[in-house]
Amino acid sequence: MAVPVVRSDRRRLVLGAAALSALALLPKAALATPQAAAELLRKLVKGAPQQGRVTLQASEIAENGNSVPLTVTVESPMTEKDHVIAIHVVSGGNPNPGVFSIRLGPANGKAEVSLRIRLAETDKLIAVAEMADGSVWIGSREIAVTVGGCGG
Amino acid sequence: MANDIKPRIRLPSQIKAGDVIEVKTLVTHDMESGHRRDASGVLQPRRILNKMTCAYNGRPVFEATLEPAVSANPYVSFFLKATESGTLDFTWTEDDGTVYRAKQAIKVG
Repeated sequence: MAVPVVRSDRRRLVLGAAALSALALLPKAALATPQAAAELLRKLVKGAPQQGRVTLQASEIAENGNSVPLTVTVESPMTEKDHVIAIHVVSGGNPNPGVFSIRLGPANGKAEVSLRIRLAETDKLIAVAEMADGSVWIGSREIAVTVGGCGG
Repeated sequence: MANDIKPRIRLPSQIKAGDVIEVKTLVTHDMESGHRRDASGVLQPRRILNKMTCAYNGRPVFEATLEPAVSANPYVSFFLKATESGTLDFTWTEDDGTVYRAKQAIKVG
């Protein structure tokens, strides 16, 4: 009786492989471009960003693009007068350029947030911080993705 | 699944007045991006938690706008200056307007 079992297993395998390749043939969702990301940034923040004060922490290589831990830190004393109002993160390699936006204030004590995000492909992530004095700071980080996170 | 979300909130066990503490939050939610296809190739409509807020004794202290690029079961951590005991009120808003709420007592002393 062992033979039919083996055969049905093999048939299932073949069917599975066929289904997988059919999936691979489906058109991939169009990805945003670095230009779209830059455009979104111009909409989100006013004024030209200066390099510095914004740090993105993440591993250089993300094995699973579905869940990439990311920490964004902005140098700021977070006082009544001098604090971060908002942090925006955008990517050029995902279907939509936006990733998340955070609003903060002096009650936070420290301008740092951590999230887990999806990345469709190896990508330069950009974070900008808006300060209470109106200045805008920018930082970026390249993250290599082994398996994309958009199920395309 | 989407109607069965479970927020989990974690604060440090000991908090002294003036401490800057990390507030860790995790919600069980698919965060369906709108780009994913199921096994039969049907595009799944977008359904995500697009906004999260936190208020400390009624005062708004944190707000996040989330896009489909945020992972399923969104984990968000941020910092808070602990000034007094009381309550942290959290909300998560879904695309269809449903608001999920969670309360967390904070003991400072």
